[in-house]
Amino acid sequence: MTGRQIMTADEIRRATIRISHEIVEKQAGTARLALVGIQRRGVPLAHRIAAAIAEHEGVIVPVGALDITFYRDDLSLVAQQPVVKGTDLPFDLNGSTVVLVDDVLYTGRTIRAAMDALVDFGRPQAIRLAVLVDRGHRELPIRADHVGKNVPTSREEVVKVQLAEIDGDDGVNIERAVAAVPAAPVG
Amino acid sequence: MTVVDGETQAAAFEVPIVDSPPEAQQVGWRHRHLLDVDALSWPDIELVMRTTDAMREVLRRPITKVPALRGRNVTILFYEASTRTRVSFEVAARNLSADVVNIAAATSSVTKGESLVDTVRTVEALGAQMLVMRHSVSGAPYLAAEIFSGSVLNGGDGWHAHPTQALLDLYTMQARFDDGSLAGRKVVILGDVLHSRVARSNIWTLTAAGADVWLCGPATLLRGFEAWAGRGAADGRRFHVTSSVDEALRDADVVMALRIQKERMAAGLLPSLREYAARYGLTRERLAAARPEALVMHPGPMNEGVEIAADVAAGAQSVIEEQVRNGVAVRMALLYLLAGTARS
Repeated sequence: MTGRQIMTADEIRRATIRISHEIVEKQAGTARLALVGIQRRGVPLAHRIAAAIAEHEGVIVPVGALDITFYRDDLSLVAQQPVVKGTDLPFDLNGSTVVLVDDVLYTGRTIRAAMDALVDFGRPQAIRLAVLVDRGHRELPIRADHVGKNVPTSREEVVKVQLAEIDGDDGVNIERAVAAVPAAPVG
Repeated sequence: MTVVDGETQAAAFEVPIVDSPPEAQQVGWRHRHLLDVDALSWPDIELVMRTTDAMREVLRRPITKVPALRGRNVTILFYEASTRTRVSFEVAARNLSADVVNIAAATSSVTKGESLVDTVRTVEALGAQMLVMRHSVSGAPYLAAEIFSGSVLNGGDGWHAHPTQALLDLYTMQARFDDGSLAGRKVVILGDVLHSRVARSNIWTLTAAGADVWLCGPATLLRGFEAWAGRGAADGRRFHVTSSVDEALRDADVVMALRIQKERMAAGLLPSLREYAARYGLTRERLAAARPEALVMHPGPMNEGVEIAADVAAGAQSVIEEQVRNGVAVRMALLYLLAGTARS
């Protein structure tokens, strides 16, 4: 594996704060706003955005975690069933504006699965999407409302987001997978 | 609402994820069939328990159905009477969006003399991808697994094994103990151990979990288990065999009463059900010897007034209904895990 860094810890921090401003601007406030992180790295990102909103708006926006494992369309393609990490949506979705948060937007299949999962819990008034990195190569008609960084990539490359809460430190790296690519998580 | 100070803010934003450390997630599921729990390693069992947690969360949702097994055919083939196990598997498969086909042998071509092998080949030709099977002959699911190209789940075979029951029992106990561990806990299996596939499977999982397992019943219903206990001890597994109810129940953490299996009972093993109830039935008086917070379990169906008194079965210590509820979640977890290795 050879890798190069495309976002530093500072860039991740600034992108997160900018996204938090964009979300509030688009919603014209924080009324009925909720953030839902997609397991795993979307969850700490959602909490960081919520913390930034609390900082500049003085309002605590509810944050949930969504595991989309059971909604994936590639369960029959993966060699082993993925480990389930749990869903926790501690607020009423009905009528709210839900901002889905994920680390990397790739094929769009994860987001399709996340929307399917979300509507099983209620009927949000609107669903939006915020991602730290958009790497292109969409396979579904899905786009993000808020993007930390657009990164042109080839399909042979792997975008690895590291977050302190899970990986010990912050950073986004792009790596060229050598030989057999371990089935990259759809994103 | 105003911004709270730094410290409480940090607490408010604590990540609520139900998550395990990354290294624990490397554990994968390799089994194509679930024939008995003796084939499962302890990490396998822990993976089932964690997946069951996720399924319990699904069961708490407004819509308790997820599309994980969409398009899969789960065929349920039962050669023995059953309510809870069959319905539990069916509900579990439907909650995962599988297509369920139910075959009761009593109303099928089996009554015309079709062999087990032919029946399995036929259901496979009809599209079965996962086969849940119960049979009165010990080992029958092993034969089915040899010829079936998908996954076989043993829903109980003769006296031999009932793996989903053992796993739901383990889950129920772990969920009830504060530390989630059975290590050093005294678990009593009381009653008709001889005919019990529930007991045989539970011995594996409970001793693997580090519990101190006590088998208790009339000597005629414990034949052969002394030898097993001896071999188990050599393996570092702790289980004891006794006919003394007082010795078994003293300071017990869990008491699991087993059904007297009249349909499998040969003549001469018990003088009478009345005498059995008087000497081994789980009554409130006997239960008083166990720890005050001891769990009362029963795999069902119960003969109330024989192996367990009605007031004990419905009492505050009883987790019998939880066993049934957890059964659906455990079976969802197993169907989900096996579906990943089902393709031949």
